Amino acid sequence: MRLAFILGEIGSGLRRNLAMVTSVILVTFISLTFVGAAGMLQLQINQMKGFWYDKVQVAVFLCVDTSTAATCAAGPVTDEQRTEIKNTLESPAVTQYVDTYVYESQDDALGHFRDQFANSPIVDSVTADQLPESFRVSLVDPEKYEVINEIFSSLPGVEVVVDQREILERVFSVMNAASLVAVGIAAIMIVCAILLIATTIRLSAFSRRRETGIMRLVGASKAVIQLPFILEGVIAAVIGALLASVTLWAVARFFIGDWLAREYPDTAFISESSVFLLAPGLILLGAVLAGVSSLLTLRRYLKV
Amino acid sequence: MIRFDNVTKVYDQNSRPALDRVSLEVDRGDFVFLVGPSGSGKSTFIRLVLKEDRATRGSVYVAGQNVANIPSWRVPKLRRGIGVVFQDFRLLPNKTVAANVAFAMQVIGKSRAMIRETVPEVLKTVGLEGKDHRMPHELSGGEQQRVAIARAVVNKPGILLADEPTGNLDPTTSMGIMKVLDRINQNGTTVVMATHDNVIVNDWRKRVIELKDGKVVRDEAEGIYAGAQEDAK
Repeated sequence: MRLAFILGEIGSGLRRNLAMVTSVILVTFISLTFVGAAGMLQLQINQMKGFWYDKVQVAVFLCVDTSTAATCAAGPVTDEQRTEIKNTLESPAVTQYVDTYVYESQDDALGHFRDQFANSPIVDSVTADQLPESFRVSLVDPEKYEVINEIFSSLPGVEVVVDQREILERVFSVMNAASLVAVGIAAIMIVCAILLIATTIRLSAFSRRRETGIMRLVGASKAVIQLPFILEGVIAAVIGALLASVTLWAVARFFIGDWLAREYPDTAFISESSVFLLAPGLILLGAVLAGVSSLLTLRRYLKV
Repeated sequence: MIRFDNVTKVYDQNSRPALDRVSLEVDRGDFVFLVGPSGSGKSTFIRLVLKEDRATRGSVYVAGQNVANIPSWRVPKLRRGIGVVFQDFRLLPNKTVAANVAFAMQVIGKSRAMIRETVPEVLKTVGLEGKDHRMPHELSGGEQQRVAIARAVVNKPGILLADEPTGNLDPTTSMGIMKVLDRINQNGTTVVMATHDNVIVNDWRKRVIELKDGKVVRDEAEGIYAGAQEDAK
């Protein structure tokens, strides 16, 4: 009975304040879309980092069939060459720069590749023998990349020495700046949303002051009096959060999945499944923001 | 049922207290007229009983309980035991007569079956049989006040507080309202009625408590309005 009553009250409140409720929905929609965009940028950065990024700085790729470098003239890396490279890594001249190193076989490489490019159509067409084996080297001082490059790039069997950090860090700094901007816009919009929710709830409480006055007098509990107002705000915010989630999904599906991923097949992109990771957080954030701001407003404007 | 023990209520430090060391007791089943000019403290008395305000000094007891000791989350329970009627009726204009009365039951979680059973019964008690589906604006003032009384008593409170319930009504209609209140009192509900209406007080010969400048100046069984007459409109 009480539940039906509360639902009825919410319905009439939403109808009565339709314009305000719509604006709450739109403002939470926009602000949470920006929050979600920042989240997606961070997920994309993680995706691009792949397996090795946070562990090592330098990759020493060894020759495969298709290698064209001069050091690969003899074809794929041989066992002697590999041993020689390994010995060099452990020679006193090099160990002072090297913190740790790991050998990645072609099968390991395929595994990591599959993880990183799980969302890309090319994953099925790649086989282990297309991917080079490598030594992944972590430096004591990452700035000393050039030393390693000089020593190893001329060794037979080494195709190329790559400082992955160098390349990716520039991209990441752009993406991090973009997510900061998104978070900044989101913060301003969230302040708007909170103030708007507070105003809406205040209006709603004012337009129903007769009802709440009577409820108070006949001894309705605080929850029964306040819940319809709080839920009104929460429902509007959750609708906004759902719209934001749908928008982010559409961006992931149509912009990233159908366009970016095709234009840049050698980059690993997030898929729309990352939105399913973010959406519950957005909905929760919307609900909590609306709930808290309605509650604080009611404490001031609705005597119980 | 209601006991005021040396109660003082000060709203504003710079003016005289709204109630000044008031001590009085209303027993279960009593019918009490609370008389006195505007500003004498009648409404403050009602607000203190409902715990809408706190006494500045002294204690207010309702149904044996010191209201100062009731935590805020228990206040609704206190109010369920008290019905209130006002001069301006305070009905919900967009609800029918029956829905207005049912509202008081819905908000405290009474079952649908119980509401269906109780509402017509109460409407009959206040003399509104067959008007369940009328809207408040279709009713006369007296009928609207009957709806308000029905709403106040539908949850069977032990106390009914009426703040000038006949203030907006003509003498004949007022008599009808008094009969309803009297009937409710006969059924065992304690009634405290704040009023300016000397005719009613003089006709009914119930206990009269007169307040003046926040003090009890008279408290007599089967009293008349007399003392406050010069202030009556």
